[in-house]
Amino acid sequence: MAANPWFSWTYVSQHGSELLSATRQHVALTFWAVLVATLIALPLAVAARRWRWTRTPILTTVGIIYTIPSLALFVMLQAYLGLSPLGVEIALVGYALVILVRNAVIGLDGVPEEVREAARGMGFGPARLLLRVELPLALPSILAGVRVATVSTIALVTVGAVVGNGGLGGLILEGLNSLYRAQITAAALGCVLLAVIADVFLLGLQRVLTPWTRRRAT
Amino acid sequence: MDPAAGDVNTLIGTWGWLTTAAHYRGTTGVPNRLLEHILISGVSVLLAALIALPLALWLGHIGRGGGLAINISNAGRAIPTFAILVLLATVPSLFGNAGTVIALVVFAIPPILTNAYVGIRGVDPDVKEAATGMGMQGAQLLRRVELPLAMPLIAAGLRTAAVQVVATATLAAYIGAGGLGRYIADGFGLQDQPMILAGSILVALLALVTELGLGRLETRLTPGRRRGPIPGPAPAQIRG
Repeated sequence: MAANPWFSWTYVSQHGSELLSATRQHVALTFWAVLVATLIALPLAVAARRWRWTRTPILTTVGIIYTIPSLALFVMLQAYLGLSPLGVEIALVGYALVILVRNAVIGLDGVPEEVREAARGMGFGPARLLLRVELPLALPSILAGVRVATVSTIALVTVGAVVGNGGLGGLILEGLNSLYRAQITAAALGCVLLAVIADVFLLGLQRVLTPWTRRRAT
Repeated sequence: MDPAAGDVNTLIGTWGWLTTAAHYRGTTGVPNRLLEHILISGVSVLLAALIALPLALWLGHIGRGGGLAINISNAGRAIPTFAILVLLATVPSLFGNAGTVIALVVFAIPPILTNAYVGIRGVDPDVKEAATGMGMQGAQLLRRVELPLAMPLIAAGLRTAAVQVVATATLAAYIGAGGLGRYIADGFGLQDQPMILAGSILVALLALVTELGLGRLETRLTPGRRRGPIPGPAPAQIRG
């Protein structure tokens, strides 16, 4: 029987270009999913705050989407969108929503009422209040959500391999047929590495954007 | 072929699959697959709870090491469940249900551990002091005061873990385990689109029923306590 190591540098060095292109797709899928999900989540969170009656329906709906097993959702969307990555992308957006909406709502809820009053007293209208006061104060919580959503999405992309668009997951699925461990481990470690890099980058962004929170350890 | 016609045919085909009596009989029938899915998930959550709960209660009670445990749990989020399942499947003796249960237990521990720890740690120190003043200590304090007060969070952690395990158990069909995921994995092998879609609908329904059913159980078991102000998964959840 051929050697089947758990990890092999030889594999990594000989399949560099393959790993790189899989990684590139992985990053692209994650980036667009988190970006689009954030752009959808923020208005939803603002709506959930502004109009109390929308809160439960919004939070329940994103919660229900999150409950659907990823394999099932990928497969259902693929049946209607074909082999393009769009189905995987839509599912990833759906899953990221729950984390992002929840964190944005928690952040907006955390803005002290006195601060709002003070801003109104200074003549801030609703739009300026939102953009200049509420969103900046909710930013730490929103960015914490973006970090969690990004790391979860990176892990989740791999399942997309089942419908042909899984970035590094494609190599994992191949490994399922060949049972070649070095390839599976390399792809899995690639995901973890990506997640760590993304998390450190977003942590840096969080520090730059919200310098006032730096004293508090979170 | 006109793609829209294909979509309608797929829908009709899926409905046809779901309403064919033969698909509800025998070892590959829906009832048996459902039972397999529930058994694999149930055993995994139970084992995870047996490992995570005592550890979390102890760490929460003595108030140590929890930060490390939670950090490890959070870091685990980055490891793709799919990769772990496939890696375990490369060990011949673990291919199938055994490897699946091991992987599912590993994935179910973080939400149970984190929630229970946070729940115990979150008990108001004044309440604990009052209990101590009444002569309670050690195990008694944990059992009569900390545990009941942490119950809503512990229950939420178990629900989160269960929903996630049901979802991940679907993937396990790819490494030879039973359960409803078989229809998706086998359907791909047979190029049987209705079977794939029927399987995914059944799995989605099972996950929703698990979430809603356990949510109701939770509300009933923790009377007088609201569930968290924001419904949805606990922060330490890993998706499957």
